[in-house]
Amino acid sequence: MNSKAHVKTTINGEEMEFLCEPRQSLLEVLRDDLGLTGTKEGCNDGNCGACSVIIDNVLVNACLVFAVEIQGCRVFTIEGLASPEGLHPLQQKFLENASLQCGICTPGFLVAAKALLDHNPDPTEHEVRHWLAGNLCRCTGYDKIVRAVLKAAEVGRETTAPAGSSN
Amino acid sequence: MSNASKNGNGNGKYKVIGTRPIRHDGVDKVTGRAAYGIDTHLGGMLYGQILRSPHPYARIRGIDTSKAKALKGVRAVITAADLPPSEADEVLNLVEGSFRLKDLRSNILADEKVFYQGHSVAAVAATNLHIAEEALQLIEVDYEILPHVDDVVAAMRDDAPLLHEDLTTKEFGEDTGKNSNIASHIQFKLGDLEKGFAESDIIVEEEFETASVHQGYIESHNATAEWKTDGQLTVWTSTQGAFGVQKQTAAILGLPVSKVRVVPMEIGGGFGGKIPVYLAPQAAILSKKCGHPVKIVMTRADVFRSTGPTPSSYVKVKLGADNSGKLLAAQATIAFAAGAFPGSPVGAGAVCVLSCYAIPNGLVDGYDVVLNRPRSAAYRAPGSTQVNLAVETLMDEIAVKLGMDPIELRLLNAAEEGTRRVDGAVYPVVGCRETLEQTKVHEHYLAPLSGPHQGRGVATGFWMNAGLKSTVTANVNEDGTVNLMEGSTDIGGSRASIAMQFAEVLGLPAEAVNPMVGDTASVGYTELTGGSRVTFATGWAAYEAAQEVKKILIGKAALYWETTEDEVRFEEGDFVHSTDPEKRLTFKELAGHLVDLGGPVVGTGAVDPNSGVGGSFTTCIADVEVDPETGKIKILRFTMIQDAGTAIHPSYVEGQMQGGSVQGIGWALNEEYFYNEGRMQNASFLDYRIPTCLDVPMIETVIVEVPHPDHPFGVRGVGEASIAPPPAAIANAIYDAVGIRLHELPMRPDRVLAACLAKEEAEAATANG
Repeated sequence: MNSKAHVKTTINGEEMEFLCEPRQSLLEVLRDDLGLTGTKEGCNDGNCGACSVIIDNVLVNACLVFAVEIQGCRVFTIEGLASPEGLHPLQQKFLENASLQCGICTPGFLVAAKALLDHNPDPTEHEVRHWLAGNLCRCTGYDKIVRAVLKAAEVGRETTAPAGSSN
Repeated sequence: MSNASKNGNGNGKYKVIGTRPIRHDGVDKVTGRAAYGIDTHLGGMLYGQILRSPHPYARIRGIDTSKAKALKGVRAVITAADLPPSEADEVLNLVEGSFRLKDLRSNILADEKVFYQGHSVAAVAATNLHIAEEALQLIEVDYEILPHVDDVVAAMRDDAPLLHEDLTTKEFGEDTGKNSNIASHIQFKLGDLEKGFAESDIIVEEEFETASVHQGYIESHNATAEWKTDGQLTVWTSTQGAFGVQKQTAAILGLPVSKVRVVPMEIGGGFGGKIPVYLAPQAAILSKKCGHPVKIVMTRADVFRSTGPTPSSYVKVKLGADNSGKLLAAQATIAFAAGAFPGSPVGAGAVCVLSCYAIPNGLVDGYDVVLNRPRSAAYRAPGSTQVNLAVETLMDEIAVKLGMDPIELRLLNAAEEGTRRVDGAVYPVVGCRETLEQTKVHEHYLAPLSGPHQGRGVATGFWMNAGLKSTVTANVNEDGTVNLMEGSTDIGGSRASIAMQFAEVLGLPAEAVNPMVGDTASVGYTELTGGSRVTFATGWAAYEAAQEVKKILIGKAALYWETTEDEVRFEEGDFVHSTDPEKRLTFKELAGHLVDLGGPVVGTGAVDPNSGVGGSFTTCIADVEVDPETGKIKILRFTMIQDAGTAIHPSYVEGQMQGGSVQGIGWALNEEYFYNEGRMQNASFLDYRIPTCLDVPMIETVIVEVPHPDHPFGVRGVGEASIAPPPAAIANAIYDAVGIRLHELPMRPDRVLAACLAKEEAEAATANG
């Protein structure tokens, strides 16, 4: 019997195939086998959010998903956030607002914040805090992270506002 | 106040300092490209895992690794037998203290005994992580379980189980020859204590206890080692100090430092916890045995059980004051749980305990106590938070008893230039008074509270800050930019703050300087990122490097104009011919000519400011709401007012203050090592609960800038002091809200509720009586 399973999936818009052991988590395969180390490992038990990814529009911890489970799914990781044209507004606002110190939690926060703004483009401070409570940051005290997400939401609303909406 | 400015405008003296450029390493960190220690991946790499003791205290009768070695995919298994033997009296002097080499080795791989649950016993390398984990299950260790002790007061008793047969108490630096868990007893004395208390109109005295807490960095400890056949060892790791890892690893393995190269990767948080080595020696020996690079990443549970934490403490303080509120005498007794081996920061605690005030008569006793818990490590202002709770709670009691405003009481006693601390040090220019004055007029302090069960508390804290050794090398590029190689690992934006100080000297934009962190083979000796020292000392080295570059470039300009150096002035970022003002070269223009002017321009700064560092004072205001039904504390509003000296990059200065505040809030309210029978019960981020963003409000900051008198830009250092006062401020706010005094951290809902109920009962009894 083969010890590895064959998985076909889409990661950041690109179709991809890989082999993995059934016991390997998505986090392990992303980081160790596919070289996508932007998704960070903080606890490997679902409690810190550093490995936040989006699978079929649902925000999850990659450490709690087996890699074989993403067969046929669309996976979004931090590596998909910026485009060749430049940074995503969330990334830009994180930089402008000094929202990172050591930066290890930053990819997870950015992916989680993107999932929030995809669902709710105009969140209140409380909604931001509630949504991001699954992501731990030990450096910043969260102040500058929350501010950056609120500012990125503003940018997102301005750029997607229909013409003439300012009237 | 004349010398102090506020909120990081640097008094408008500077062009780069006080601005908020985007950090140089920022884009890599928001795109996921930055390579942290855990991201290290080398060709042919094997995965290591560590077997750890399930017992708090046991003698190792034997270890059988044969079954593990036989497992397919396992390449090596090691135990303490693979470490060099230790002489009893060999000592390794590190920046953070002096340690017995045998203790450092034992913490890497236990030899005769395991001293705590989580103590490293054996290590395995295998072709993948899962096989390595399976192999751990196959190692058989024969333990003789010993009675353990894991409470600091209990461990000090004469009848407590002893950890080390060869540990004798050092009393005031002298070896007493007495075998005990008390590794050392230190004492500071000032004035006439008895006279001070005799003259006091009001005396307050209480005992306090604080739980052990973890630094809680989000990146686990890791090390990847490659020991090549030429005898050269390279270690890639997340550390607060590459040279410290080099020194510890070389000593533990019995190698000269030149055989060990340490590459500091990006580091996912440290807060003091990533100064000791935990994995590099094991990874190195495994690599040597199997001829492949070996990577070890700690599990989160092991991070909790085996690294950090900060000591739990017992602190007793007595303060005496006259009726005006003037402090006349103070006495403190401090016992810190060092964990399995000596070396808690009780000395720092003993310095910090009375540090905020001018007190003429004082006595401080400190005890460093070993017990069956992991070896403690530094945590942000190590030792200061534990002792701050005691003194600042008692200051609040005095203010209440005298009917004084708590800030006025602190202002009356505030430490200032010339104040002699109980340890004998005399303060240079410091900003204690300035933080208090800013607090007194802050809108938060003056705003009314808005509901029942709400209260407000304040507290003042201190950290001494460090100087230490730093090196920076600058290379000028022909396009007018500069590559800056520095030795301080960057945990919170220090590449930016160092580059900005370099840029300021030469009139460059911050973006024209490209700072990089070097490994131990590519940059001069630089001590750890800790002690709030990097922007201060490594920034100072950058200043010196920039001065050297400027001097060399003046020579190059003279060469270009075929004149002498004294004919060239450096003015507003340009090089100017003194007698022919038409001749003017920008830095960039001159850099473009360097190829024709004799080539490379390299500036070096190597500093050791053992300094008049005056330390950093900070005052915070906390508003809380107590839920009388559950005892839960909600932080309604929080402000930190800290003297940072000159703020180089105000956003990252605020960030340090906000991060320290929230760590202090976590320590105050919910963080603790919860032990049962010597075993940690909450070794996960679910059960060891650090604050989430839902638990805290925005953290308001006021940067007070009382410039350091010796530093070229007046930098003082900001990283640590902010963690110290939040627990006391919150405790005082709880008292203000519901009239209870808590003397134990964390102030969990059950403790708050019990105290509320006890107060109600006492009041009912009084009413009925």
